[in-house]
Amino acid sequence: MSETLALSRIPLDEYAELLGAGEIEELRALAKPLRGRSIEMINSTAVGGGVAEILNRLVPLGEELELNIKWDVMMGGEDFFEVTKSFHNALHGAPYHASPKDFEIFLAYNERNRATLPFDAEFVVIHDPQPAGLIQTRQPGANHWVWRCHIDLSRPNRAVWDFLEKFVSRYDGAMFSSPEFSRQLPIPQYLFYPAIDPLSEKNCALEPQFISQVLGRYQIDPQRAILTQISRFDRLKDPVGVIRAYRIVKRYFDCQLVLAGGSASDDPEGAVVLKEVLREADSDPDIKVLELPAWAPLEVNALQRASTVVVQKSLREGFGLTVSEALWKKKPVVASAVGGIPIQIIHKHTGLLAHSIEGTAYQIRFLLSHPEIAAKLGEQGHQHVKENFLITQKLKRYLTLFLTLAKNP
Amino acid sequence: MKAAEAPFEFVTVSYLTRIGNQSAGALAELLTGLEHCSDASIFHHTFQTLGSHHFLTEGFSNDFAQWALSDTNRNDLAEQLAALDIRDYVSIAALRSDLCRVVGDYCAAYPHFANQSALKRFYFCESVEVTAPLGRNAQTLDEFREGIEHLSHSGFYFHFISSRLRLQLQTNDFSHWLADGLGLKSLAESVNQIDIYTNTLDSTRAKLLRLIDRERRKA
Repeated sequence: MSETLALSRIPLDEYAELLGAGEIEELRALAKPLRGRSIEMINSTAVGGGVAEILNRLVPLGEELELNIKWDVMMGGEDFFEVTKSFHNALHGAPYHASPKDFEIFLAYNERNRATLPFDAEFVVIHDPQPAGLIQTRQPGANHWVWRCHIDLSRPNRAVWDFLEKFVSRYDGAMFSSPEFSRQLPIPQYLFYPAIDPLSEKNCALEPQFISQVLGRYQIDPQRAILTQISRFDRLKDPVGVIRAYRIVKRYFDCQLVLAGGSASDDPEGAVVLKEVLREADSDPDIKVLELPAWAPLEVNALQRASTVVVQKSLREGFGLTVSEALWKKKPVVASAVGGIPIQIIHKHTGLLAHSIEGTAYQIRFLLSHPEIAAKLGEQGHQHVKENFLITQKLKRYLTLFLTLAKNP
Repeated sequence: MKAAEAPFEFVTVSYLTRIGNQSAGALAELLTGLEHCSDASIFHHTFQTLGSHHFLTEGFSNDFAQWALSDTNRNDLAEQLAALDIRDYVSIAALRSDLCRVVGDYCAAYPHFANQSALKRFYFCESVEVTAPLGRNAQTLDEFREGIEHLSHSGFYFHFISSRLRLQLQTNDFSHWLADGLGLKSLAESVNQIDIYTNTLDSTRAKLLRLIDRERRKA
């Protein structure tokens, strides 16, 4: 790697205890023809964000399978990251007027990194738009280049996408988190789900005593139903809508609501939303609005595990991995049918989908009335995550992609 | 214990999902898509989805049926599509033909529903298959049992479900080898009768192992 990073190493055999030895044997069998072959992952940040989190787990697992895998981080200045943040939001559909200067900054940093990064691997995986222009380095037929897009491109800003598409079309393939997020492109497009790590602090098994301690710390009563939404204080996550749904449920069930998200202290928009949430909560002692420290994975884990029903009432969503986190913990989930959520929540099979505040409240009431159905949905949700949204499945998808690309020189 | 001349070779499979350029926003568009999509797409939405959703043993059969139910709210059509049993098909062409017939008949009978917008679009995808030998063979029933016990879900799916298309027979790899390799025709038939729609891959495997154990006790 171009930076010294402490990779998170968990041996594959530890996953075997959760998933079965056959699943790990399968990974080893798929990796066998790829042993010693080189793979270069490139993204734009070494820490923070979902991509870095996934690469931090994926690269050591690839090394254990004897792949010659490395992770390089492209370098950029403040001006570059300001531009790419604007691009990111614009690709998600936010209004944005790109100036020629923005495109020049993007190209200049890509050009600079072309001179410093190696690009000598057989398979080069570029993550997200920031390093997409590095494809210009590629010599025809020299190696395989694929682009992994973690963004919902269903409604992109036209100017930004037209600019990026010129680069994306030169890759051997592109990977998207949902068919809805993809574009009409002249290259093959593949479905690559995001993934959670079942052994990470956010998802590992916890001692009941620790869960009790966390509930005690926040004065949450374990004897009464707990509804929880874990997400940052963002209008698109509709925390106010969750409170309104809770109030409808409360007419029928004695329950508590936990809204837990990262601290809003360094996020001006988050602070405004937090105020709106507190106003809506109106000092209801059964509504717990928790500003967790920036990274409190064990607490999030405990709150999810203690929940009776987990809610994700987003108005717009990327993939929404908090849903998979809850399902992994066998929790019944009520969530909005937006973004990648319907991929995780197969309605009436792995959870319940809703389209409104009233619908969300109704589905929660249904689950509270039918704990046996709630338990079954939670169990099937867990199986769904096990089959599709774990880091080991993601690794398997990458191995399959590399084997497929290798067949097409 | 009898040993087969040709060993059973355990293999696993992995699928990459390729997103196609076709999608459907109404039943009439689904029919057009079914008529024109690739064989790999029909396979993906029927055979492969059964493997990746094996843990759903009530009311989930294939992606077309699920979409008709959840996104077009046509319960009757969903039921008909779900009733198509992949065990009856040894070719994608025959399966495609029946899928088109069911959706086509429905659109003809209820033309007002044919162009009604669905809640969400259906995206036609394809399966790209990669197989890998597990380096484990079986020549006796004991070795066969051992191999099955340690097989991953994908490996089990490959031998028990997708094998029907490969063999072009209404059977699976396990039953085929039990009958041809070990001459255990009755066991082979019992194994082939395990219902993959109402069992998970794990419960199917458990039933298969019980059948093998019963056979071993006879010996």
